[in-house]
Amino acid sequence: MLAGRTGSDNIVIRGARVLDPVEGLDATLDVRIDNGVIAQLGAGIDANGHRVVEADGLILAPAFIDPHVHLRTPGREDEETIASGTAAAAAGGYCAILAMPNTDPVVDNADVLRSLRARAAEEAHVPVGFMAALTRGQNGAELTELGALADAGAAAFTDDGRPVAAAGVMRRALQYNAITGRMIAVHCEEQSLTHGGHAHAGLVAAELGLTGWPSLGESLMVARDLDLAGETEQPVHLMHLSARESVEHLRRAHAGGIRATGEATPHHLCLTDEAVRTLDPNMKMNPPLRSEEDRVALLDAVRDGTIAAIATDHAPHSPEEKDVPFEAAPFGVTGLETSFAALNTQLIEPGVLRLETVLERMSAGPAAIFGLDRPRIAVGAPANLTLIDLGATWRVKPSAFRSRSLNSWLIGKRLHGRVRLTIAAGAVVFEL
Amino acid sequence: MTDLRVVGGDLLPPADDRRHLLSVADLSRDDIERLLSTARSFVHSQERDNKKLPTLRGRLILNVFYESSTRTSSSFELAAKRLSADTMTLKAAGSSVDKGESLKDTALTLSAYDPDVIVLRHPEAGAAHFVARTTEARVVNAGDGKHQHPTQALLDLHTMREALGRLEGLHVAIVGDVLHSRVARSLVQALRLVGADAILVGPPALLPPGLAPATSDISAIADADVIYVLRMQKERMLEGANFVPSLREYTARWGITPERVREGQRVMHPGPMNRGVEIDARVADSDAALVVDQVHSGLVVRMAVLYDLLTTGPVAVEAALGVA
Repeated sequence: MLAGRTGSDNIVIRGARVLDPVEGLDATLDVRIDNGVIAQLGAGIDANGHRVVEADGLILAPAFIDPHVHLRTPGREDEETIASGTAAAAAGGYCAILAMPNTDPVVDNADVLRSLRARAAEEAHVPVGFMAALTRGQNGAELTELGALADAGAAAFTDDGRPVAAAGVMRRALQYNAITGRMIAVHCEEQSLTHGGHAHAGLVAAELGLTGWPSLGESLMVARDLDLAGETEQPVHLMHLSARESVEHLRRAHAGGIRATGEATPHHLCLTDEAVRTLDPNMKMNPPLRSEEDRVALLDAVRDGTIAAIATDHAPHSPEEKDVPFEAAPFGVTGLETSFAALNTQLIEPGVLRLETVLERMSAGPAAIFGLDRPRIAVGAPANLTLIDLGATWRVKPSAFRSRSLNSWLIGKRLHGRVRLTIAAGAVVFEL
Repeated sequence: MTDLRVVGGDLLPPADDRRHLLSVADLSRDDIERLLSTARSFVHSQERDNKKLPTLRGRLILNVFYESSTRTSSSFELAAKRLSADTMTLKAAGSSVDKGESLKDTALTLSAYDPDVIVLRHPEAGAAHFVARTTEARVVNAGDGKHQHPTQALLDLHTMREALGRLEGLHVAIVGDVLHSRVARSLVQALRLVGADAILVGPPALLPPGLAPATSDISAIADADVIYVLRMQKERMLEGANFVPSLREYTARWGITPERVREGQRVMHPGPMNRGVEIDARVADSDAALVVDQVHSGLVVRMAVLYDLLTTGPVAVEAALGVA
């Protein structure tokens, strides 16, 4: 399902705290990689001619998987390309990403999908799984050829960017998708409630005179899609959850045996709509930043596993689109290069989330949801590793982004924790 | 007036001593008192034969209007002229905006004239903040979307104080389409700052929660010292939103008619009025109405705002005017 190059690097990483929560591994060890595969874990490993990376005081963890990235290719290569987006991913510690199909043209047929996969095989810095659209042109009406798209390598199906408005279409999609074994990922938005909305419908929007995008605009659709998943006995993945009520629906669905999963973004976990008071267009996302209650509910859900994945919803926009008044700006922010550092600074260091939890939700969690091989630190596993310096402090500067776009919600922020090295599919793809 | 506040904490840009008037939320009570007291000084200057003061000679004030305006644009222009500043008023219609020029490029182009103040009206919330970030000029927000219209709130306070002799303890009923009203948002905050209180009255879907006590019962205006009537803003309503089933039903329930105005109450309206919709013509033309006073206030308050942004503050105004 992933398209990209594989590497056969030989390397020894010495003295890192090797931390793989799923494997139950947390020890200071040397790791030897032969031909891109983890060959030995232990103390005092012989370099044997391999390149040696001294990693005293650093953390070596399974690299991350981002299940929600907009690569803007084809159509808006000025905002992001496969090369630039995956370079950004590598810098953020990711060994794989899943790309959304809401491009121009939409990835709704096997030809577009095949050409993207071919390009990724040549230019991607980390492997990419391309999601395909659920409906033609994302029109919400006619199903794409899910079978043919799956055969051509679609990683999953989604109309992300917009909902499947008609319940009947969503139900047919879930039923038919049983033949593909791929996940359907949904963008939950009841547009008759969110039309014209720019910010969470709460006191901040009321005071700022911004049309509200209410929590119910998400949770009503979450409830519908969970019910449809239950009725069709098919799995469904809920993208970028933002509202407390959505989390409650998901929790109830789990209790009822529905095979549903969810993801949350770093910005929804770190910020509330208070940030919108700045009227900074980089605080404008869809779904919008919500209240502290909502943020706390998301954190609880990430902590207890109700939400099994952290996804950036990396959404590059050109300066001419974002450098405008708040109300005129499109939704979306970038996130690949800052996600771990932001979570470490705002949630792990203050003790809100455990390091192990974040590492799991950024790697094994999304892998399990989408049926990808779990990045793991074990002998025989392909090397998908990230080396992190928790003590490093850095300032987020637009000039340093690998992404072609600069619309980060963290511009100018000082963050703690930095990715030093990323190995994806056996190749060193990033090194600071 | 506080500096433009950009993303909190350690994100502050290099020190910036420009002052702007972007939102009432940035003002303190002292700021309001200072501005109102300056405005009152200018009332005296406007009673003389020679109404022009030399204070802002050589300064450039640009009025940039992306939305139609009668009162606000004319009073800013006249205020600048009365203070001897150079002034130009640019309307979006007939400018390069028609050719698709972005707000950023228009702002940068106008910046080349090195204006001291840019007065901006724009249909999108955040536009004045954006221009303050983009240019070197001081920026006065003359209305951005449904967000803020701070000089309107200041002129309304000035009008109330002149007509009723005080602000502290006043009860103001703001009636009508609060949801789409930048005037109401600014006024509610300004009233709170000076110790007056507001109640919002109107159709349920047009009362945003949390701004101030609110009710849909029109009889709630009976206790008010001032009935502040808002315009039904059809141009800001999203199509098919059904905020009210019809204007006729709105007028029957919430229109300000002579029968609903108690003796001694004063009636205000920011204009333009839809006579026969939110306000009955008999009320608009009655002695209770302060609508024309509001226009007078607009001139002196905008003079005060320009003066305050470009000079050191209230001490000099007395000297400049020769007022004891």
